[in-house]
Amino acid sequence: MAGDYQHWKLETDRDNIAWLTFDKQGASANILSADVMAELDRILDELRTRNPRGLIIRSGKDSGFIAGADVEEFTRIKDADDAMRMVKRGWDLYNKLEALPFATLALVNGFCMGGGVELALACRYRVAVDQPGTRFALPEVMLGILPAWGGVKRLPRLVGPTAALDMLLTGRAVDARRAKRMGLVDAAVPPRVQENAARAMVLESPRPRKPPLAQRLMNALMRPVVARMARRQLASRASPDHYPAPYAILELWQKYDGDPFAPRPEDPASIVGLMEGDTARNLIRIFFLQERLKSLGKDSDFKAKHLHVVGAGVMGGDIAAWCAMRGLTVTLQDQSPERLAPAMKRATELFKRRLRDKSRVRDAFDRLIPDVAGDGARQADVIIEAIFENLQAKRELFAKLEAAAKPDAILASNTSSLKLADIGANFRNPSRLVGIHFFNPVPQLQLVEVVKGAGTDAEIAKKAAAFVRQIDKLPLPVRDSPGFLVNRVLGPYLDQALRMVDQGLAPETLDAAATAFGMPMGPIELADTVGLDICLAVGKELAGGSAEPPKRLAGLVAAGNLGRKTGRGFYLWKDGKARKGRAGGATHDLSEKLIGPYLKEAQAVVAEGIVADADLADAGLIFGTGFAPFRGGPLNYLATLRSEVHT
Amino acid sequence: MRNCASGMQALDSGVANMLSGRSDLVLAGGVDALSRVPLLYSEAMVVWFSNFMAAKTPLHKAGMFLKLKPTQLLTPVIGIMKGLTDPYVGLLMGQTAENLAYRFGIDRTRMDDYAARSHARVIRAQESGFFNDAHDGLSAEITPIYDEEGTLYKDDDGVRKDSTVENLAKLKPFFDRKYGNVTAGNSSQITDGAAWLVLATEEAVKRHKLEPVGRIADSQWAGLDPAQMGLGPVHASTPILKRHGLKLNDLDAWEINEAFAAQVLACLAAWKEDKYCREQLGLDGAMGELDLEKLNVDGGAIALGHPVGASGARIVLHLLHVLKRTQGKRGMASICIGGGLGGAMLVEAL
Repeated sequence: MAGDYQHWKLETDRDNIAWLTFDKQGASANILSADVMAELDRILDELRTRNPRGLIIRSGKDSGFIAGADVEEFTRIKDADDAMRMVKRGWDLYNKLEALPFATLALVNGFCMGGGVELALACRYRVAVDQPGTRFALPEVMLGILPAWGGVKRLPRLVGPTAALDMLLTGRAVDARRAKRMGLVDAAVPPRVQENAARAMVLESPRPRKPPLAQRLMNALMRPVVARMARRQLASRASPDHYPAPYAILELWQKYDGDPFAPRPEDPASIVGLMEGDTARNLIRIFFLQERLKSLGKDSDFKAKHLHVVGAGVMGGDIAAWCAMRGLTVTLQDQSPERLAPAMKRATELFKRRLRDKSRVRDAFDRLIPDVAGDGARQADVIIEAIFENLQAKRELFAKLEAAAKPDAILASNTSSLKLADIGANFRNPSRLVGIHFFNPVPQLQLVEVVKGAGTDAEIAKKAAAFVRQIDKLPLPVRDSPGFLVNRVLGPYLDQALRMVDQGLAPETLDAAATAFGMPMGPIELADTVGLDICLAVGKELAGGSAEPPKRLAGLVAAGNLGRKTGRGFYLWKDGKARKGRAGGATHDLSEKLIGPYLKEAQAVVAEGIVADADLADAGLIFGTGFAPFRGGPLNYLATLRSEVHT
Repeated sequence: MRNCASGMQALDSGVANMLSGRSDLVLAGGVDALSRVPLLYSEAMVVWFSNFMAAKTPLHKAGMFLKLKPTQLLTPVIGIMKGLTDPYVGLLMGQTAENLAYRFGIDRTRMDDYAARSHARVIRAQESGFFNDAHDGLSAEITPIYDEEGTLYKDDDGVRKDSTVENLAKLKPFFDRKYGNVTAGNSSQITDGAAWLVLATEEAVKRHKLEPVGRIADSQWAGLDPAQMGLGPVHASTPILKRHGLKLNDLDAWEINEAFAAQVLACLAAWKEDKYCREQLGLDGAMGELDLEKLNVDGGAIALGHPVGASGARIVLHLLHVLKRTQGKRGMASICIGGGLGGAMLVEAL
């Protein structure tokens, strides 16, 4: 009987508790594909007949509990009926699970996403294993769809609307302790007692927890008021035209109590409406582009233990802190101890924000080693140069680094405007040099360009990409050409915007026009964020030194006002935020005009083969510049425009 | 327990482990954070707490509060005072220094003179980059540290430019209030710090391609009357000198940890005193006068601070730096230990 199932293992212990272990065959992570769910359906029928004392569902994978639905299946949905069949599959299955006449419990170890959370919600109890990898999230909204397997109905009932809407509308993940605090799980326990805790809870069968009275009221009488407030908050973050999903989720909760079959297809709360729209299709496309970038780091087993970073500026310091946070030993070198101080301060902020737990913050600090003498270069597996953009200085530095480094160490430059071939000209062995180009702000931007110069050894480039994956960033192989992909495309776009400022347009107006198009940040604010000195240098490099730089830009750089990092650029910066005046009329035409050079350059880089294909260009520009995600990337957007013209 | 010499004990244990063949590469040293020494509940308060925990009924628990005296709660035991009190003779460390000052006739002026000299020497060494710069094949002695705000701590911050003889004279005696001579100004400072050394056998040096800077040639521990604990360096380093047939000034540099100005001066006085050397050290006569220009040339714990667990390792490391800088060959690092012990290490620069 136990051997009948491919993806599930069913055992019964001496207390007559059924332990159901999910271990999807031939996959590294548990995904709720159609066959998995069909099996679960049969198992639930079997259990109903057997009537055990209780049921505990757990994962057989080290990677985590359940990664969610099979996104691949979304792409095969042909019509509304298909979509509703898929919704019904999970909705009915979880209702069946919920209706079992004995205690049911989800023992969650590691990530628990989307359909995984909805499965756990259909159980009577949830126990989370308290360890760093444990995360609960409903990321459907990020794919432009909604949790249709009961999440919108059950989550607000369990934890109250405040916490539930935060998870549903943002896709934000919560860890085990947070999940316990908000009532999503009944207990958060250390790994060593996880099974005991699950067994004890099933045997004791305590009364399921209810959210506090205020939250219960908000889920009942106050629901319209809560929804109105949430809608107002949403409006300040994303427009319903660009991102309909969060609005749909809110509507589905408010009017239909999370029942996906209640709204008619033309209702904004309808999942069919969402799935037929461009946004969901484009966001799902981005999901697969992201998977593709991840797979680009899989061509090498290389694992770095020790990273040496030279240059403790904003970029170098943040690279060092990020990698220390991701578990590497990092030595950070600069000319004096004073120069390292701001990097250490930013590292504190990063560690505290991301790791929270005191001992994990301390461990990250222990891994981040200030190294004025540069002793780390001798032991490092990867060395990243992140000093100022000066060819001579970089050459001199690399001469020392090459001499000190281990023979198999990767030597990398984070240059954004110089050619790798020039930097490596004096190398004894130029095949070791590769570009590993991060984007500012490092903690936020996932993309890292891996630049393969003419002399770069193919194996080194693969190792570099594997390193990028190791630190949980997305590697994009690009050719050694001025500006690589991202800066090359941003260059003409920023240049035009900066010249429009020279012509008298307010920075605020230009930025508003760009964000109206769907860019996460306008071009002028972006220039300030990147650093105006960098913008000037990249602009010169891209223009081949022929054109005069934009006047205001040149003036600001000459005066030492370099943007966010100096507190003043086109904007005045306070506490990491630009202080903006009122924007003038940002028209649709202005948006089109602004984005024009961006689109043109994106086509050019594909034609020139800077990246392998148009999809990778889209991926790079979305993850490197935040190009309006709901449009699916600049080239995808152009293709959509063309097809609209044709039809 | 080596208290104030824990750092030196760590080095000696490392050496012992290598000699026994148990280890061939050892990281040894010490760290102390005296700024974190807690305030403790008084004993009466501890008894109250345990009775409170044992009380069974809420009424009984409530009744316990009637027995609570606020003074018990509000008068904490200062951990550091407890730590710096000898439990056998019941003296604060500063009071043992007063004993030595009395015995060898060291007056307040000489103590303050010595303390001012310690500050002046540290200032000169800091300004010359002796602590911060790499030199003579050695990397910088001090590793800068950062706090969470990104504030850089590049130097030991106990040293004061205004610690002149005149200003030090204004301080009140701390340990024997009113009539004593030992003040906070002529004592070592209570601070945080750490010092670590890598020790290796000859074979490990070759295998790991290390560049040794010095050799620990000998070490010695000695016991003495806890009330005179400050003379520990005399009792620990004299046997080493005897073993190697050396006189005080045959060595190129000396570090005697500056627990108290009076205590360092008493060590020098003891060696000079015929009676003390014969009766207490079993010598034929006085050892002689240690050249002050060889002793603590870059100042010491009075200006830098005395992070108890670290100081023993710090003075050995610093001695090596001094020897390399001055092209010296041999030096002695020695330290007194609360409770009545002394430790000493003979090192050679390579």
